[in-house]
Amino acid sequence: MSLTPEVVRHVAKLAHIAMDADEEKATRDKLEGIFALIEAMQAVDTTGVEPMSHPQDIAQRLRPDVVSEPDRRDAYQSVAPQTADGLYLVPRVIE
Amino acid sequence: MSQTQWEVVIGLEVHAQLNTASKIFSAASTAFGAEPNRQACGVDLALPGVLPVLNRGAVERAIRFGLAIGGRVAEKSIFARKNYFYPDLPKGYQISQFERPVVEGGTLTLRVGEGDKAYEKRVRLTRAHLEEDAGKSLHEDFHGMSGIDLNRAGTPLLEIVSEPDMRSSAEAVAYAKALHGLVRWIDICDGNMQEGSFRCDANVSVRPRGQEAFGTRREIKNLNSFRFLQQAIDYEVQWQINEIEEGRAIQQATVLFDPDSGATRMMRSKEDAHDYRYFPDPDLLPLVIPSTWIEEVKAALPELPAALAARFQSDFGLSAYDATTLTASRETGQFYLDTVAAAGAANAKLCANWIMGDLAARLNKAERDVADSPVSPIQLAGLVIRIADNTVSNAIAKKIFEALWQGEGASADEIIDTQGLKQVTDSGAIEALVDEVLAANPKSVEEFRAGKEKAFNALVGQVMKASKGKANPAQVNELLRRKLGA
Repeated sequence: MSLTPEVVRHVAKLAHIAMDADEEKATRDKLEGIFALIEAMQAVDTTGVEPMSHPQDIAQRLRPDVVSEPDRRDAYQSVAPQTADGLYLVPRVIE
Repeated sequence: MSQTQWEVVIGLEVHAQLNTASKIFSAASTAFGAEPNRQACGVDLALPGVLPVLNRGAVERAIRFGLAIGGRVAEKSIFARKNYFYPDLPKGYQISQFERPVVEGGTLTLRVGEGDKAYEKRVRLTRAHLEEDAGKSLHEDFHGMSGIDLNRAGTPLLEIVSEPDMRSSAEAVAYAKALHGLVRWIDICDGNMQEGSFRCDANVSVRPRGQEAFGTRREIKNLNSFRFLQQAIDYEVQWQINEIEEGRAIQQATVLFDPDSGATRMMRSKEDAHDYRYFPDPDLLPLVIPSTWIEEVKAALPELPAALAARFQSDFGLSAYDATTLTASRETGQFYLDTVAAAGAANAKLCANWIMGDLAARLNKAERDVADSPVSPIQLAGLVIRIADNTVSNAIAKKIFEALWQGEGASADEIIDTQGLKQVTDSGAIEALVDEVLAANPKSVEEFRAGKEKAFNALVGQVMKASKGKANPAQVNELLRRKLGA
């Protein structure tokens, strides 16, 4: 499978990663290696095998529905770049 | 082509906030209305090194929902990461369910419309899955910055997805209302739409009637009232029909409804907005729900609205419409049951009429819920009994009802006694009144004899007035007719 440069740029954009031409080429080579691995695995007949969603074959532990987290806003906001009126401030985003 | 040649196709996605005390993956509080970020802990803020731990209460509510709609509760379901960048989503992904949701299938039966035109409609549900809510972005004045409040981040949501089974905005609203009633009935969501506890997205498309393939759909986001849901769909449908009739193809898009203009408009859409690159969340193991747990939840489930409505029809002879109306909420259903228990099954229909009529109107006017109605089921039943046994007329009953509402007496009987409202059924007394009225109104008598039926009604009115409303109208009628030789 060969990846086009457009696909690599698209994936980079989705991940918010800036790349120059050299990095793009290097990333494309690495991704193609991964796809080769996937292709090899896809050649195996997996009929009747349940897809694995987690490497450990155990179930999720559940937590009782109890509030136990104290309010630590001041501590958290002391390391935030900018806050106002209890809010975290970020560069303006408008949908 | 006119609108009748187009068929509307609607599917709804509803986000119901689950009414747990703590968040879905953290032990921070979910209480509404706290100061910004006072309920946002390390997990909600996505601080490095934190891990999500699933809330048993959220899962339990999802099971309850699955059972209530007759869906399949998955023995094993998995959590996935839905990746997108937005400041109110600190991790850069939302933990959701993708390939294997906790609930699949199920149906909801609703009644659409009123009176003779009402009909029953079955809507199939595709799935319901657990996920976390995002925080809130405030775009007001922060010196060119946006403010982020993460109190809501991590609030458990059940996203309930329907099949595209609805064919009008009325059906979509009926479905949303039925679902809203159900999640409150089984106590998994408070249903507060102003606070965003129950939010609807509507997928809308149109196709020429008779065509099997669906048209291209547009998704209307975040409708937080039933009225907006209706308005947004109606506008969108008309817009799509106009576009197609003018030769333009519909492009798949996400739109927002503006309540002020009543129009939908396209969101500035990022071209890759729907490329979420879901993958199983390695931080969370599969959610396994043993059948014993499902059985436990099933045993604790209250009688469901559809079952109760069926019982109202079979046991009390109510119409489907009355039965559905009286099971709109658990509180209304219980109020009705309590009233009938005290008034007797023979008066079941009269009880229904009073609850859906005078009581509902009075509650509505006072903006009160049936659960805190000043008139109790026992009091209403006492009144219904006195109407049924002819102690009071319907007109007087309305007075007594208002007196009960105002707390002027503990029971209908007490008010009838203290305010002298007992219906006069003593025929001698009524006869005396009738004679008086006939003597005082020779003109009406003459007109009636000349064939004017209206004159008769005027005479009845006079007698009723003379009795201060307490005469039995049926008796007055009969006596008058006899005296007039009619």
